[in-house]
Amino acid sequence: MAAIAEKIGWRSSRFEFVFDRPRVLGSLFLTPAVLYVLVLVGLPFLLAVYYALSAFTVYNPSHHFVGLRNFVEVVQSGIFRRALLNTFIFTIGSQILGLILGKFGALVLLRPFPGRKILRALIVLPWAVPIALATVAWEWMFDSLYSVINWVLMALGVVTRASAPQWLGDPHLAMLCVIIVNAWRFFPFAIVIFLAGITAVPQDVLDAATVDGAGFWRRNYQIILPIIAPIVVVGLIFGTVFTFTDLSVVYLLTMGGPVNATQVLGNLGFQIGILSGDVSHGAAVSLFMFPVLFVLVILMLRFIRRREI
Amino acid sequence: MAAVSATEIFKKFGEVTAIDGISLTMRDGEFMVLLGPSGCGKTTFLRIIAGLERQSGGDIAIDGEVVNDIPPRARGIAMVFQSYGLYPHFTIWNNIAFPLKTQRVPKAEIKKRVEWAAQLLGIEHLLDRRPRQLSGGERQRVALARALVREPTAFLLDEPLSNLDAKLRASARNEIKQFQQRVGTTTIYVTHDQVEAMGMGDRIAVIDHGKVRQVGTPAVIYDHPADRFVATFVGTPPMNLVAWNGGHLGFRPEHFLPREMIDNGVVSEFSFRVDRAEYLGSERIVYGEIEGLPSAQEVTAKLPPAHVPLESIRPGEWHAFAVRNSQLCYFDKEGKRARRH
Repeated sequence: MAAIAEKIGWRSSRFEFVFDRPRVLGSLFLTPAVLYVLVLVGLPFLLAVYYALSAFTVYNPSHHFVGLRNFVEVVQSGIFRRALLNTFIFTIGSQILGLILGKFGALVLLRPFPGRKILRALIVLPWAVPIALATVAWEWMFDSLYSVINWVLMALGVVTRASAPQWLGDPHLAMLCVIIVNAWRFFPFAIVIFLAGITAVPQDVLDAATVDGAGFWRRNYQIILPIIAPIVVVGLIFGTVFTFTDLSVVYLLTMGGPVNATQVLGNLGFQIGILSGDVSHGAAVSLFMFPVLFVLVILMLRFIRRREI
Repeated sequence: MAAVSATEIFKKFGEVTAIDGISLTMRDGEFMVLLGPSGCGKTTFLRIIAGLERQSGGDIAIDGEVVNDIPPRARGIAMVFQSYGLYPHFTIWNNIAFPLKTQRVPKAEIKKRVEWAAQLLGIEHLLDRRPRQLSGGERQRVALARALVREPTAFLLDEPLSNLDAKLRASARNEIKQFQQRVGTTTIYVTHDQVEAMGMGDRIAVIDHGKVRQVGTPAVIYDHPADRFVATFVGTPPMNLVAWNGGHLGFRPEHFLPREMIDNGVVSEFSFRVDRAEYLGSERIVYGEIEGLPSAQEVTAKLPPAHVPLESIRPGEWHAFAVRNSQLCYFDKEGKRARRH
């Protein structure tokens, strides 16, 4: 009987149940995340600020403080202004295209049809395939000589060999190409977001709209979209932030060309700061993304808070 | 306003038959209640009338016109859903106005009719709010206002009271009934709650396993159930059924009384042994068994406490009980109501 009465040594040490304390356990769980942000995000950010205010280059690692001179010089450069504009076009264009594809993809995938499960699995591929691999495939599709798109257009008699579009050679078409490839990459994510949102809309609400006389378009744009807006906006924040700072598609497909027609801030900062070794100007270019993203995120978060449903 | 009729409606979901040949006519201006246990197909039937579900066979007609191929929005019916189906992102004003906006009603007319409907249901002060700021009862009124606003040919209500608490349910029941009498629109009301059905319906259609078991006024359903299912589904406690002559003999607990309380008419007497009694304030429910029947077969009696003092009904003792013969029901082997004797 003594074994029952005896409690499991709860007086043996005051540290016996130390992990049952929320403060201790919570701190323990949070530490890796906090360290990660501090060391891999916070530190490089401060370093970038430091470099942007100095005359630091790879060839002349001086820590000479130059104030905002790097920023002024960067803004005065035509290439930078072109890249800034391109970044907006690239981001907004690929987000809009991705959202439209995502919305309609979700509507298609909501309907039962044979092979839907396989298609649902396949549709995530653009997101899962390594971007370098996928872009090489796209590069061949846009190739000046071997483009399958042009072959199809020629076979259909839409264009001739002489008038076939130079997808990556023409400044406007090149921008369109990087937008298409980026949207293609992004749209499975948009589909997942829309699917999650649409399936969460109560069936009663949809039925009520149907009985109340709403057709397909009205149901979609006056009922479903406003209800799922908060969830879509969160997806849009992620998409925008990632696209705005991203350089992979541009770097792999056009290298910013032709003649900076597809140059974006991420790629420009990389070219100046890393490839050319002008760390201080590269840092200044990259830091221009910060206020834009900051304002963007604040705006979108406020939008979510306002739309309380 | 219009009559709504269903002819030989069938509905299959894959292998499962949800509706197994329902024919039913709702008269113009009538309050028809579809009563049945959950899963009996009553909601599916309502959705078929609304056009939200396509029947596998049979015809739906509104005002004599077959509407099988007419989409929900063109059928001119309004529906109130179990969880109301209010649009969460719209204000109450816009919720009520939505059915009018889809029909491109002029703005001034919309305003007039929204205000009229809101006033009729006493929700004028809520028009600027959103559904989540409203209580259950208020949401239910908004759903009614939205159904009412475009003057539909028929109201379809799918268990609209099931999300309200018991007290609110009683007052809402009364409100809906009064409201229906005032507007005089044909109403089809789905519920599994027999109190709602008895209290509100002009007629009740009892549905089980996708079939109509009986259609009739509440009095007919209660006093002359067509079969054993109706007899035991309607009434609390349910009708007593005792094996008799290869079929069953049924009588309501409130008709099963001490012999001395029945002073006129032809009666059937039973020797009743009381097992236990529950006192419910307005009534006393007594459980026990009848002599000559298997003891597993429990029989209940519902007694008025004022007339039957507790001392007179003691557990474990045999008492002389009786039922008026006019209040006995006979069911044959198949469970159908049989002619008396």
